[in-house]
Amino acid sequence: MTKLVYFAWVRERIGKPEEEMELPGDVKTVRDLLSHLKTLGEGYEAALQYAEVIRVAINQEHVEHSETIGDAREIGIFPPMTGG
Amino acid sequence: MTTAPLIRVQAQDFDLQAEIDTLTQGRQDIGAVVTFTGLCRNEQGTLSALELEHYPGMAETEMRRIAELAIARFSLLGLSAIHRYGKIAPGENIVAVIAAAPHRQAAFDGASFMMDFLKTSAPFWKKEHGADGSTGDWVAAKDADDAARDKWR
Repeated sequence: MTKLVYFAWVRERIGKPEEEMELPGDVKTVRDLLSHLKTLGEGYEAALQYAEVIRVAINQEHVEHSETIGDAREIGIFPPMTGG
Repeated sequence: MTTAPLIRVQAQDFDLQAEIDTLTQGRQDIGAVVTFTGLCRNEQGTLSALELEHYPGMAETEMRRIAELAIARFSLLGLSAIHRYGKIAPGENIVAVIAAAPHRQAAFDGASFMMDFLKTSAPFWKKEHGADGSTGDWVAAKDADDAARDKWR
C-alpha cells in the first residue's frame, strides 16, 4: 500500500486529503501514476486534467514526472507552490 | 564550525527582534544582518485573509535544504527562516528570513536566495478569502518567481 497525500486545489478537487492505495503493477513512474489516478473518477480527472503542471514529491522530496516510484511509502501530489 | 539554519513552520506570529537577537547573541564575528518580512496585503480592500496550507514535514525539510545551500554558497554565519500557516489577515506577517554574515553583500544575497527558492520549492499554498465573505481562488504561481529563482543558477 502506498500513502497518497493531496494539497490545495488538488486536495479539494479529489475531495480528500489523503488515502492508502494499492498501485497496479503497470504503474512504474510518476507519469503512470497520474494517468492511473485520472481514471478513478470525476474529481481525480478535474484535479489532474493538466497533469504537466502538477508537482509530485516521493517520501517528501520533489521528483520529476519521469521518476520511478519504486517502493515509495508516501507520494505527495499538489499544484505549483505559492508560499512566501 | 558549520552554521546550522534555524527553521520553523508555525501558526503563531513571530517577533523579528527576538529572532535577530537569537542569531547575534554573544557573537562578535557578525558584521551584517539582513531581514526580510513578507506580509499579507489587502489587495486594494478586496481581500480579508489569506489561508496558508502546507505539507507538514516536507515544508520544514525543504526550507532546511534551501537554507543549507544559502549558508554554503554565501558563507553565512547564521540563517533563520520562519513561515506561518493558517488564516492570516492583511497587515499580519507571513514569513521572515534573517541572514547574518561578516559583510553586507553576503547577508543581502543569502536572504534573497532563501526567499527566491522558498517561494518556488517550499510546499506552501495560498488561498484568498474575499472582503465580501466569499472564499476565493487559490493564488496562481507566477512566472516571475521562477525567473527570480533562475537568476541564481
